[in-house]
Amino acid sequence: MPDADGLEMLAQRIRDLRADAVIEVTHNHGQAMIEVAPDANREALVVLSEQGYSFLSSLHGVDYYPDEPRLGVHYQLLDMDRVDRVGVKLRVTLDDPAVASVVDLFPTADHHEREVYDMFGVVFEGHPDLRRILMPEDYQGHPQRRDFPTGGEPVIFTYNEPQTPGWTQ
Amino acid sequence: MEIIRQTVDPQVTGGDQSPDDFRIRQLRARDMLRGDLPDSELEQYVQERVITTTVDRATAWAQSNSLFPLTFGLACCAIEMMSIVGGRLDIARFGFEAFRASPRQADLLILSGRISIKMAPIIRRIYDQMLDPKWTIAMGACSSSMGVFNNYAVVPADKFLPVAVHVPGCPPRPEALMHGILQLRDQIEGKAPAGSRERYHAQGTEEVIGSDPGVVDAVNVFGAGDVTNA
Repeated sequence: MPDADGLEMLAQRIRDLRADAVIEVTHNHGQAMIEVAPDANREALVVLSEQGYSFLSSLHGVDYYPDEPRLGVHYQLLDMDRVDRVGVKLRVTLDDPAVASVVDLFPTADHHEREVYDMFGVVFEGHPDLRRILMPEDYQGHPQRRDFPTGGEPVIFTYNEPQTPGWTQ
Repeated sequence: MEIIRQTVDPQVTGGDQSPDDFRIRQLRARDMLRGDLPDSELEQYVQERVITTTVDRATAWAQSNSLFPLTFGLACCAIEMMSIVGGRLDIARFGFEAFRASPRQADLLILSGRISIKMAPIIRRIYDQMLDPKWTIAMGACSSSMGVFNNYAVVPADKFLPVAVHVPGCPPRPEALMHGILQLRDQIEGKAPAGSRERYHAQGTEEVIGSDPGVVDAVNVFGAGDVTNA
């Protein structure tokens, strides 16, 4: 994890490329995190990979419900020489959940972005094959959003069996 | 299968006590084949050696003692399922050890784990590919009642398959699965399940609902629909 100065230097390198790219720089739970503008993720990842953080170890979605903007995408970058990690995150709204795809920069992001699309409905523009990856193709909705009903069925025990008559049929 | 065997005079049939008895039986068999046995002795000879039953019961006996499970694991329960073929439990004692690699050759489908809604049509297809007669065991909490995965992604097996036996547990011990398979064997043979209540003379101790007037002496644990103490 880069310390406060190191993280600020990394952020400054992103700002050099684009002045309004970095929104916030935080250390939280032992993780260095750079929050960038929703359309600046590619610039941030290019700059960081030039600085040595060249391995995209993870990409995941978040739903910040009830905070706005609700959806988030987190990129976890790893410097494999120094075994050092830094995170990049961005947030988009439900109305316009479009994020630029990074598959051409990091091929591993292919399935990750499909999963985030499947579970949260973030649309990755420029992705070569943005389909559902885990849920069935005809599934409605994005089940990991926090306002999505948990679903499931009442489990029949002896105490609630008479409330669902004919459940065996 | 019920075996109808007439008791016969041990003096005539003989045991396996001595070589002489064996020699006597050999000579009687030779006489029978030659047609030299008198009618009374011939009848006794036949009754000693022939088992009478019905075709249904004979086929059920054959089917129930040679269940071929499908080589098919879904989740962690499959690890427990595999261990029943091992030396410790050795399901081969009962004739169920031949895990077939093709659903066409199998007649028992063990749903060993959680079934996601994406997997359900595939399992249904595998089930349809199996030849009749075929049976299904829902192993573990997930495939019976969705267990801890009671959410948008998982379906219980009863929703799309006829399930013969549910084996509870998370995961069930291999012994439990084996007990389930033996229960299925009894089911196929048409035996009434010998439940533990009958065995231990504990009828009337069922945990039932208070609204059920049929059972007078039943112990009502939770009350009707009362989940506060559940």
